[in-house]
Amino acid sequence: MENILEVRNLRVWDLNSDKVLIANNSFDLRRSSCLAIVGESGSGKSITCRSIMRLNGSSLRQSGEILFKGENLTTLSEKKMRRKRGRKLCMILQNGMSAFDPSCVIGVHLKETLAEHFDCDWKKNEIEEKMKLAMESVMLKNPIEIMNKYPHQLSGGMLQRIMIALAIVLEPDIIIADEPTTALDTVSQFEVVEQFIQLRKKMGCSMIFISHDLGVVRKIADEVLVMKDGEIVERGPTEAIFLKPEHKYTKYLVSTRLALSENFKKLMRGETIVAES
Amino acid sequence: MRIFKNLSKDKLATISVTVIVVTIIVGLFAPFFAPHDPNQVNMSLRYASSSWEYLLGNDHLGRCILSRIIYGIRPSVLWVLVALFISVLIGAVLGFLSGYFRGKVDAFIMRVCDIMLSFPGYVMTLAIVGILGVGLGNILIAFILVKWAWFARVIRTSVMQYSELEYVKFSKASGISDLKIIYKHLVPVTFSDIAVISSSSIGSMILQISGFSFLGLGIQAPNAEWGMMLNEAREVMFTRPELMLAPGLAIVIVVSAFNFLSDALQVALDPKLLNSKKRPQQKSPTTTVKIQKKEVAH
Amino acid sequence: MGRYIINRVFISIPLLLIISLLTFVLINLSPLDPAEVVLQAQGVPKITDELIAQTKEELGMDQPFILRYFDWLVASLQLDFGDSYVTGKPVWSLIGPAFLNTFKLTFVSSVVIIVMSILLGVICALKEGKIVDKSVRGVSFFLTAMPSYWLASIMIWYVSVKFDLLPTSGMDSYKSYILPVIVITISYAGIYFRNVRTSMISNLNEDYVLYGRACGLPEKKITVHILRNSLQVAISIFGMAIPIILGSTVVIENIFAWPGLGSLSVKAILSRDFPIIQAYVLILAAVFVLFNTVSDIVNAAMNPKIRNDL
Ligand SMILES: Nc1ncnc2c1ncn2[C@@H]1O[C@H](COP(=O)(O)OP(=O)(O)OP(=O)(O)O)[C@@H](O)[C@H]1O
Ligand SMILES: [Mg+2]
Repeated sequence: MENILEVRNLRVWDLNSDKVLIANNSFDLRRSSCLAIVGESGSGKSITCRSIMRLNGSSLRQSGEILFKGENLTTLSEKKMRRKRGRKLCMILQNGMSAFDPSCVIGVHLKETLAEHFDCDWKKNEIEEKMKLAMESVMLKNPIEIMNKYPHQLSGGMLQRIMIALAIVLEPDIIIADEPTTALDTVSQFEVVEQFIQLRKKMGCSMIFISHDLGVVRKIADEVLVMKDGEIVERGPTEAIFLKPEHKYTKYLVSTRLALSENFKKLMRGETIVAES
Repeated sequence: MRIFKNLSKDKLATISVTVIVVTIIVGLFAPFFAPHDPNQVNMSLRYASSSWEYLLGNDHLGRCILSRIIYGIRPSVLWVLVALFISVLIGAVLGFLSGYFRGKVDAFIMRVCDIMLSFPGYVMTLAIVGILGVGLGNILIAFILVKWAWFARVIRTSVMQYSELEYVKFSKASGISDLKIIYKHLVPVTFSDIAVISSSSIGSMILQISGFSFLGLGIQAPNAEWGMMLNEAREVMFTRPELMLAPGLAIVIVVSAFNFLSDALQVALDPKLLNSKKRPQQKSPTTTVKIQKKEVAH
Repeated sequence: MGRYIINRVFISIPLLLIISLLTFVLINLSPLDPAEVVLQAQGVPKITDELIAQTKEELGMDQPFILRYFDWLVASLQLDFGDSYVTGKPVWSLIGPAFLNTFKLTFVSSVVIIVMSILLGVICALKEGKIVDKSVRGVSFFLTAMPSYWLASIMIWYVSVKFDLLPTSGMDSYKSYILPVIVITISYAGIYFRNVRTSMISNLNEDYVLYGRACGLPEKKITVHILRNSLQVAISIFGMAIPIILGSTVVIENIFAWPGLGSLSVKAILSRDFPIIQAYVLILAAVFVLFNTVSDIVNAAMNPKIRNDL
């Protein structure tokens, strides 16, 4: 199998403090496979994703090569890159609640995106029809009604599935999902993960899947990258990593997976807030 | 003390603190620092320009301007700080009461705050001065009456937010007395929010008080006050514009120092603000509420 | 939406009643006997108890408090605020034109302030951390630390002595607006532009911006979304700003001899002309509540989340 995405010596640093956030990472994503990135909070998972999309904030700089089907994304013009986003590389964010403009109904974002990518080759009705079908396929009933709702009127799981539906319509080559299940309760988590598995089956697209939840990772991923402090400390096929973790950090992660109950995670998060403010 | 460390790294903040501390000390010990009696009239020295004896020159009655500026620190800065302290204190007590105990107490206090805040502060101050009569004391009373509601509001939000935290809930559940929880857990964390809001209103308060004195509603002659000195200078503005300089600059310097300090404090207490790129996980109550309602009148 | 408006308006009615009661109580709390004040204000040389009693009767002050309040409230609703203690003229004939003048000044200033703040705020937010941003913020920092009357005096001196171009006092032509508006703008735009900027920046870092970009939306469309969201905050701030400016042009009016509410109220305070003070406070508080209500409604129209809260 060939590689659809090759990341070579990716390095990201903060201009203000000169801190290196990602240090010379290289990894590949094979066609039609799913690569999971795991690691503790702050290990640079999200930054890696955003670097691939070239969407890091203005204070961050990146170097290295990102080859998408052999084409170097880092040297593309902003305009060409923009066409790739959404159509070729699609991102699904962690928090559906904040991923849509709170003062517009969901439909506005969907239409704008679809109009942007399919303007010339599709008729409007056709897009809407496709969108409706996609939404139904991710178990969203009444798609029209949902499109006329504001984000705050929908649940996190629904919003997550709307993002997945949008990805289905856009038919990207790579889907990058940044902790798509973390903000959800257990039931919706299960549903959303199901949708991801369906998505892969149906479209056969490649996927980068970030998660804290090793259970989910084991279910969905073919390969795993373990990151710590901006470095990749271990990589390999999922089963191998779970059965025979080599790096001691991975061992630690795998061994604590069971001990890490949901409640405890929440508690940890609460305390980091106190420490920061 | 992370705060002080952060602050001392910031050069502007260090300068501001120095300016403020010096101003306060000079004001407290005005008789010691002032070269002359601020109210001593000397007609032979009317409008004299600066000399070695009278560094900043003399005003329309031949009084030493430097001494008047120094004595002016008391009403213009020190008394403002006192008024601010009292209204923050009232606000803090009520804010803690309603934010911590919630329920009926909270509803009642917040309704009162709503009513207080539905008057424009400046008009309210004018009204109170109108009723009680002119004078610095009355203006300060008016300020306290007008401002506490605003502080109570913000402090309540802050207290409410921190009461939600696990360890506070835990302490509550394990039967530790409320007073102890407030004192041990809530006061330390809300203190930073209180410091930020109170420091951010000093500047505008100083400007407002000097404005009232400028209108002749504040301190009465012959006492020295910066706004009052500007008012006196205004009468001879066209012939002696230089008289407007010293008191005006004094106000600008002190107010800027306080404003800089307040900004620096905000950053020092909330380093997230420095690199705003990184989205704060939780907006601090002060920043959000302040955006909604910041009133500065001159 | 219709229900929200009705609810919101209904909330403000009791508030207005309480405010009017408070205003009335405040005046009656005064340490001075109003009758005495009237006599003093009219320059009666010797104030006897008889005279006071007589005046009290004239003013209807021998009646119970609640009755007087209702009489006053009903009269006030018909814009009858009584007569000035000092001049004996009806208060409305003094305060009405003054209010109009102040309102004109406030209106013009507010428009300039809003335009300037949005413009500067948006520019600075888009250029966050660049030289433009830093210098605009630096300058505004010092301008907001200046007492507005000081700035005004300097301007008057400069304009009249050096150039003699603009009128420096009174309210004769459109030119009279220029200086006061500049001074008011300088003291307020600095604050409000910061608000616009902060709200813009916090929106720039929202997830929906990232997601929009990740979906390949053009920067122009994303900016429209950001503006839409950040102006929401701005609108509620401006809604509050207008009555605040209305209430605090006092100093500026005094300096530029603007025949408005500020000049009138300061004169009234110095001569303890209570009916004028009372009317002044009542009118401004009512305007304040009105603007609050309107800006809440506008905000709700723009922000669907708020609509459900009430
Ligand atoms: N714009 C930025 N400027 C500077 N530092 C940043 C910026 N964004 C993120 N960082 C830092 O980069 C590091 C990695 O962040 P990142 O968001 O990639 O972590 P993560 O692995 O996704 O964590 P999480 O599991 O919490 O999502 C963190 O230490 C963070 O503080
Ligand atoms: Mg992340």
